Amino acid sequence: MAPWLIVVTAGGYLGLLFAVAWWGDRRAERGRSLVANPWVYALSLAVYCTAWTFYGSVGRAATDGVGFLPIYLGPTLTAALSLLVLRKIVRISKRERITSIADFVASRYGKSRALGALVTVIAVLGVVPYIALQLKAVAVSFLLMLDGPSASGLATAGDSAAFVRTSLGVTAVMALFAILFGTRHLDLTERHEGLVLAVAFESVVKLVAFLAVGVWVTYSLFAGPSDLFARAEAVPDLARLMRFEGSWGTWSWMVVVSMLAILFLPRQFQVAVVENVDEAHLERAAWLFPLYLLVINLFVLPIAFAGSLRFGTGSVDADTFVLSLPLAEGQEALALLVFLGGLSAATGMVIVECVALSTMVSNDLVLPLILRQTLDRRDPDVGRLLLTVRRVSILVILGLGQLYLLATALEASLVSVGLISFAAVAQLAPAILGGLYWRGATRRGALVALIAGVVVWGYTLPLPTLSTTGWVSASWVDAGPFGVGWLRPTALFGLDALDPIAHSMFWSLLVNVGCFIAVSSRGGRSALEVRQARRFVDVFRQTGPGDDTALRLWRADTPVDTVRSLLERFLGVERTQTALAAHCAQRKIEPGSMRYADEELIEFAERLLAGTTGAASAHVALASVATREPVSVHEVVHLLDETSRVLATSRELEDKSRQLEDASARLREANKQLRALDRLKDDFLATMAHELRTPLTSIRSFTEILHDNPDLSLEERQRFLSIVLKENERLTRLIGQILDLAKIEAGESAATRGAVDLVELVHEAVDSIARLVEERGVSVALRVDDETPILWLDRDRILQVLLNLLSNALKWSDGWIGVDLSLEPDGHVLVAVADDGPGIAEDDRPRVFEKFRQVDGSAPGTGLGLPICRGIVESHGGTIWIETSERGGARVTFRLPLDDLSSDPAGLATADPTADPTADPPADPTATFEGPSHG
Amino acid sequence: MAREPLLAPRLVLLFLVGCLLFGYPLMELFSGSGTLAGIPVFYVYLFVAWAAFIAVLAWLASGRGRRR
Repeated sequence: MAPWLIVVTAGGYLGLLFAVAWWGDRRAERGRSLVANPWVYALSLAVYCTAWTFYGSVGRAATDGVGFLPIYLGPTLTAALSLLVLRKIVRISKRERITSIADFVASRYGKSRALGALVTVIAVLGVVPYIALQLKAVAVSFLLMLDGPSASGLATAGDSAAFVRTSLGVTAVMALFAILFGTRHLDLTERHEGLVLAVAFESVVKLVAFLAVGVWVTYSLFAGPSDLFARAEAVPDLARLMRFEGSWGTWSWMVVVSMLAILFLPRQFQVAVVENVDEAHLERAAWLFPLYLLVINLFVLPIAFAGSLRFGTGSVDADTFVLSLPLAEGQEALALLVFLGGLSAATGMVIVECVALSTMVSNDLVLPLILRQTLDRRDPDVGRLLLTVRRVSILVILGLGQLYLLATALEASLVSVGLISFAAVAQLAPAILGGLYWRGATRRGALVALIAGVVVWGYTLPLPTLSTTGWVSASWVDAGPFGVGWLRPTALFGLDALDPIAHSMFWSLLVNVGCFIAVSSRGGRSALEVRQARRFVDVFRQTGPGDDTALRLWRADTPVDTVRSLLERFLGVERTQTALAAHCAQRKIEPGSMRYADEELIEFAERLLAGTTGAASAHVALASVATREPVSVHEVVHLLDETSRVLATSRELEDKSRQLEDASARLREANKQLRALDRLKDDFLATMAHELRTPLTSIRSFTEILHDNPDLSLEERQRFLSIVLKENERLTRLIGQILDLAKIEAGESAATRGAVDLVELVHEAVDSIARLVEERGVSVALRVDDETPILWLDRDRILQVLLNLLSNALKWSDGWIGVDLSLEPDGHVLVAVADDGPGIAEDDRPRVFEKFRQVDGSAPGTGLGLPICRGIVESHGGTIWIETSERGGARVTFRLPLDDLSSDPAGLATADPTADPTADPPADPTATFEGPSHG
Repeated sequence: MAREPLLAPRLVLLFLVGCLLFGYPLMELFSGSGTLAGIPVFYVYLFVAWAAFIAVLAWLASGRGRRR
């Protein structure tokens, strides 16, 4: 292909990226952010997929089958935990204004400059091979586009001057591009909206390009996947790849390494944490990002098989199949798209990595070194200095990448080079994860663990790759240093069963974690460390950074103006003023009223500065103007423990008091009911006493008359005695009824029940009042349903109810009484006694069933008849009520369930209808009989 | 986290299930020869399990799996 076409296309594409970034920044400035969107966030995470994915996965698949997949399955597994772990990191980073992963580690362990610098060095050294990989991929793809696929492949390309020239050119363009992109702005905020948008755009381009070539290969070059796989199956070398052939140890370690890499690669930390706009975006990204990984890997195996079938094994480097296939088939447009896709993957990685690393180098490595002089020299513009540092560090990082590329990476495959970097950043895992969940993790523990882990990593992974350069003698690698066999870098202590990555990961993580725990357990933390540990580990329990303000780390004797001028030198006058005004407004204080900066203001200034310089440098800068409170670790621990204890206690107290409130509400309710019952009882007693006294008074007065007047006529004496007798009877009846009621209310046993023919019982009741009916000249209309079955009832009690209702009806009747016995279809029997008397007003009806409540005080009777009836009916599971009869009087109806018979325990349905003789006989059933003769 | 007390254990469970799906020995089960609709069974297993994992994760993360 013509060189100019390739250069113009690539140049045009990079220009387009700039336009996208510019647009993103502009929208952000106008407050209509495009990046504040979960889709963009998820796509920006896909910066994970670099040239390694784009070209290298196919290369790996062509030799290893599914061996490329752990790199994507690991992040998928991590995604499940991202809502827990990553969310915590994001929350902390927003609160502490973290600018990079080195800053995060430094901040956690008491804003330690040493740790920040160490993590920066690890990140830079670790990522250099990874950057070299990108440079190689772009250079190779450029050469391929230029010359077409050739048998020369890459193995020999390194020797050729063309490759060196090309890779140098690529590095130069990338450096320029990264500098322009990452350090365009003078204001050094930690977030770069335009950059994120450009990265998201690149993620779309590389996905589309890869899918395009995948679909073309599968459906155009071959007749669909089954054709492709069938043809591959026929080649024994390829059929082998369709099964799992590698070692499970290697597979598992690759999954673990990539699980950690997705969290701790500097560029992943940059896009996932530092550039995160809204914590809620994590929820969408948690599944969108793994989905992206799945989709971009769909065609890896088909392309790998197609390439192997097309070119045979060994003639063309499998790492280039993605591009070689369309080139070999003369698909120039597709090849160009693939070239752009690969360029996207590589530039995205390089730019974000450079931004992340240069921030780390400037904030955590260079600034702490020059900070003291800068502050002393009263250099007015630290911002410009930082920017220069960042630009230079980008050049240095890419230069190192180029150096590594030229020195070593030419012969290794893309994936194996990338894995070296993964293993390096995995060393950060113990310090970060431990720091997130273990308060006792110390700065010293993290330092020792990191150094030990990285030394082992360096000895076991990059060192052997350098042997090819001659910098390290080959015998060192093959036979061990100075001939000591068990120190061989690829088989420490004779462990040679694992591949280099698994081997290195095992030993380095073992040493790393071991040192971390062992050294941390020895204690030795500073006051600041203890406080930062709390802020990190307990971030979800705190509502704001000011939660632990009880702890004073600063003395309040620094003039506000001093703090302000310090901020101005780093942030500029305008930003400082806006920020301080916002701070004052939030605390509701007058901006001018404060002369000396208090703890809160210094904390605020430190966080504000941290967003630009990193936590460690910000702390040093503040310490240069403010005085630290001489506070001991014991005081801090004590204070913080006290605070959390108070918090826990108050939470407990709240729970307790809520429970108490509930209990007391229930008690109040119960008390109210008890009072009501008590009043009812008092009423009942008073009424009863009154009812008993009336006949007694009567008896007494007539007895007195008889006693005091011995000369009364016989006739009169007879009359008085009959009154005394009658009152006596009434008294007896009343007491009998009260006893009855008590018995019913206490709940009688079912033993007094038997099989009862209700039809016969109704007849018996009507017959027993026949004489009175005749006397009064009342007609009784009896309607009885003869189908009524035998019921399981207390015969005497029901008779008592019937007699009571009949006598009441007789009492009020004007000449007619109606008695009905009928069946309801739903399994109930109804008994109704009606009269044509005055009836009972609707409002009074419920009251007549209450004790001693006669509707009309003048009426005869004790007022206990109907309450007793109700008690009896309800004890049979029935109901009783009053309504208006067809002749305008009252009709009292009770309703009993038919299925009572089914509860007959002995099947006595045909038994003698009279009550069980062994049962306690109830009070005289006629006791409630209140005929008018008694009135 | 504190808002949804059930989410964390569910996510951890999903993670563990994922470790099981993509690890020894469960994968070994499907690592034999044979094809399904022309595609090696091993590949079908990997991608289907992967997709299912993402689907469950989406269900949990989007909030639909949190209530109940």
